[in-house]
Amino acid sequence: MRIALFCSLVRPEEKGLLEAFRRRGVAVEVVHDRSAVLEVGAADGWRRFDAVLMRSLSPWQALHAAQLLQDLGLPVINPAAVIHTCADKLLTTAALVRAGVPTPRVRIAFSPEGALQAMEEWGYPVVLKPLLGSWGRLLARVNDRDAAEALLEHKEVLGGFAHGVYYIQEYIPKPGRDIRAFVVGGQTIAAIYRTSDHWITNTARGGRAANCPVTPDLADLCARASAAVGGGVLAMDLFEDPRRGLLVNEINHAMEFRNSVEPTGVDIPGAVADFVIRVAREGWAAAHAHPLPQEIGRWNGSA
Amino acid sequence: MRQGICPECAAGVPLREDTVLHELLTCPECGTALEVISLSPVSLERAPQVEEDWGE
Repeated sequence: MRIALFCSLVRPEEKGLLEAFRRRGVAVEVVHDRSAVLEVGAADGWRRFDAVLMRSLSPWQALHAAQLLQDLGLPVINPAAVIHTCADKLLTTAALVRAGVPTPRVRIAFSPEGALQAMEEWGYPVVLKPLLGSWGRLLARVNDRDAAEALLEHKEVLGGFAHGVYYIQEYIPKPGRDIRAFVVGGQTIAAIYRTSDHWITNTARGGRAANCPVTPDLADLCARASAAVGGGVLAMDLFEDPRRGLLVNEINHAMEFRNSVEPTGVDIPGAVADFVIRVAREGWAAAHAHPLPQEIGRWNGSA
Repeated sequence: MRQGICPECAAGVPLREDTVLHELLTCPECGTALEVISLSPVSLERAPQVEEDWGE
């Protein structure tokens, strides 16, 4: 078996994945996204691979590369449809709501005036997020109308076209932490609490990681959220809402885990490698612990 | 042990035996994030700047 690791850089995550495949006796080649040229519909040398693990840092590039590669019949982890949904916070929220998975309330507006109206009607604080982006970048807790007007003007003047869809999320008073769950093929293999004095708890922004027990409730919720976005290798961010319990906030399609192996004691890259191997051997749907919608079962080279 | 040269501060940057192409390293002297762009001969460049859509 031969796996392509399609990536932008070999970070500690990719290094761990390379090692995990090697420990399993599986050949793995690094394919560098900035060096890659793909011809639509042309297999070129790609059929030497049994699967592609997509780790490009740019979701935009990952989405398009994944689509071309899976059109060749290659299993791609994660497939383009999963990247498409998870890379966009609105599409993720919409998928969760369609599936009845608890998630914070979100309003969408298409102009600064509409966004201000949406926030004023809800009252403050609210959270304003870009649809695209990660690592806690450009998130804003909006505490009053003055801040809202300033932020909206900045987005209108300085933001690109993607900032023209305004994603306004209710503010959840977190208990100084949130939960990051690592979900592989529908199974929650590990979770961490991310604790911070700041309202943004991402470890990329200084949040501290500690083991979070995977309770049956957490595992069940994550399995439902995984099915909602098409499954695969997913990192889910969850809030502990004092009134409603666990809420799925966001789902990441290219999980980072460098700070999570040690506190959880779980071999996360090993679990990812096992899943990739299983997809290559058995197909996308068979590699999941939960059923997938029929149209998703046909993705990704699955019969 | 192989080593490359940091393009920022010219310090020697040691490479482990299992270092691979496009691996991200940190200069031990100045802390600059570096990318391995060649292994033979060893060549290091500043790692690319984070793009707006980069992430998980």
